[in-house]
Amino acid sequence: MKIAFSSSGDDVHSPLDPRFGRAPKFLVYDLETDRYEVVDNRRSLDAAQGAGIQSAETVARSGAGSVVTGHCGPNAFRALSGAGIKVYHTDAPTVAAALDLYRSGKLLEARSEDVRGHWA
Amino acid sequence: MKEIVVLSGKGGTGKTSLTAAFAVLAVRSAIIDCDVDAADLHLVLAPRIIERRTFWSGRAAVVRTEKCRGCGTCLDRCRFDAVRTNDGRQDGKLFRIDPIFCEGCGVCVRFCPEEAIDFPERVSGEWMISETRCGPMVHARLAAAAENSGKLVSTVRREARRIAEERNLPLVLADGPPGIGCPVIASLTGASLVMIVAEPTVSGVHDLKRILALARHFEVPAAVCVNKWDLNPEKTRQIEREAEQEGARSIGRIRYDSSFTRAQLAERSVVEIDAPCAAEVRRVWERACS
Amino acid sequence: MILAVASGKGGTGKTTVAVNLARVVGSPILLVDCDVEEPNAHLFLEGEFGEEEVVGIPIPEVDKSLCDGCGECGRFCEYRAIVSFGEAPLVFPELCHGCGGCALVCPKRAIREVERRIGVVRTMRAGPVTLIQGVLDVGSPMAPPLIRAVKTSLRNGEPAILDAPPGTSCPVVAAVRDADSVLLVAEPTPFGLHDLALAVEMMRETGVPLGVVINRCGIGDDRVHAFCAREGIPVLLEIPDDRRIAEAYSRGRLIVDALPEYRRLFEVLAEKTLRSVREGVGE
Repeated sequence: MKIAFSSSGDDVHSPLDPRFGRAPKFLVYDLETDRYEVVDNRRSLDAAQGAGIQSAETVARSGAGSVVTGHCGPNAFRALSGAGIKVYHTDAPTVAAALDLYRSGKLLEARSEDVRGHWA
Repeated sequence: MKEIVVLSGKGGTGKTSLTAAFAVLAVRSAIIDCDVDAADLHLVLAPRIIERRTFWSGRAAVVRTEKCRGCGTCLDRCRFDAVRTNDGRQDGKLFRIDPIFCEGCGVCVRFCPEEAIDFPERVSGEWMISETRCGPMVHARLAAAAENSGKLVSTVRREARRIAEERNLPLVLADGPPGIGCPVIASLTGASLVMIVAEPTVSGVHDLKRILALARHFEVPAAVCVNKWDLNPEKTRQIEREAEQEGARSIGRIRYDSSFTRAQLAERSVVEIDAPCAAEVRRVWERACS
Repeated sequence: MILAVASGKGGTGKTTVAVNLARVVGSPILLVDCDVEEPNAHLFLEGEFGEEEVVGIPIPEVDKSLCDGCGECGRFCEYRAIVSFGEAPLVFPELCHGCGGCALVCPKRAIREVERRIGVVRTMRAGPVTLIQGVLDVGSPMAPPLIRAVKTSLRNGEPAILDAPPGTSCPVVAAVRDADSVLLVAEPTPFGLHDLALAVEMMRETGVPLGVVINRCGIGDDRVHAFCAREGIPVLLEIPDDRRIAEAYSRGRLIVDALPEYRRLFEVLAEKTLRSVREGVGE
């Protein structure tokens, strides 16, 4: 099972980016092999609109079944749900800290978006 | 880090003049001019530009005239009235796309049987990072008749937040765009406070309701101050009542004062010249921050 | 003839000029409020709104029984308004511009278009003035299609005054397009001059003849006058800075009614703009 973290950098010690839709990268972590790959999300960052939706497409293509991020807008949430991807919100400072929380079962699956969307 | 966005709904209420004064009073903040369509804040804050960036947004269709055979498919398919005939040519009826009206949907590009339409990215303006006497400022200029000022607003906001984080500034202060449309939505989502500069006129009351509805829609707390309040004390009271009914804080009144223009001519804010309204402006700012 | 009243910056008196002008014309005239984000012209007229027409844009609706999840619609859409994850696509109505592309590219013809409301167009009759007003729904970012809908009320040859949105972006262009001439309203201040210059630059791209109205003459300096002289744009009216005008405005009263001594100014403007439309301003 793979998990996508919204990340500002290229390794697990990078800060967790609080915005799903405008995150520069996704760190896709494979829980079975403990390996990860970094997926570039710059196209969404530069999107005129629908960045959250485009990010959801990026995550879906990466094969991840869950997303861990700071905040997720309504369009992104709908798109992720549509792709069958679960969403977990956290204010953990780094990807590694968020991963620990996920592994210890301390993150609850989000039932809806937690921020209003629209270009923020 | 707090983010305060100054909005007014209608133009001409003194929003930009007051934002400039707040920038001076805030002492430590990153400043954004989100009124990318008619940016004026720089006329008071005199930014020294450090960095300029091109703003790319979307695409625009361009007909390669030598390949166009004048079939008119683009004209039939375009929903935005952007297709024009290239008159004055002998060799038949050729078409071109008016970039001002093209919304960049790509329908004509896809359906042109001659594949005669290109679809390049378009330059829609520029944005700048500057230094001012009140701190760093991010501002922009949308190309005339360009669209998607919402994205440009998002861009300058993102940069200002980044700079504020880097320099450990406690506040981002934004001069917002007029209206209630896409750039306004882009300027207020996720902000800590929307500060509305209202004027006591029938139009002012009308527009206030719409902007308060928008703030509520996006769940951003709102505070209202009335500028030029003594033009119409009765409408001022009405605005304050409306504000409270909508759950917005009422944070003070500022008198009708010709110092606003005098300050502009001097390229200063009203709290930097000897202005009768200055004490009221200070008080409004203190209450906005409290 | 269609005369558009515009300004680079809001709050310079654009609506004031448009409504006072409509008022002094005397004969039947359409006043078209294209400032759909903040329509205000009705506040200065006495009349009741009559018909109301809901305006929408076409957005896709997917027939799941026909869709095979090929994703072509999502790959085509430039706005990310429709997206497929290997099954029937999701539609994001507020991102859709209504171009119709997804329905056209769908190989299974599984997409049909349905209307999504973005605002209304309302009509008010106040004596010889017929006001047509567009009101954008709060939270809807799609002003240009509503402006286009408002402008369908412009009929061949019928004289009309068009109150444009402020600024220089796409909604303004949608409004002033097809006008015979444009009046730009500006205040003689540094902000006013800066925004007027931007508006002139934009209007020149559309090729429509221009004239300027200077509002609140006397508050600032003469740089706006100098700019107009340099650019060869006629100054067609100067409205003095008079606190009584601001007070009348605050109560929703027209200058020409509250302060009859100013009526002549607007009558002269009406004559000049009617004439200049025939002859072409600034040419």
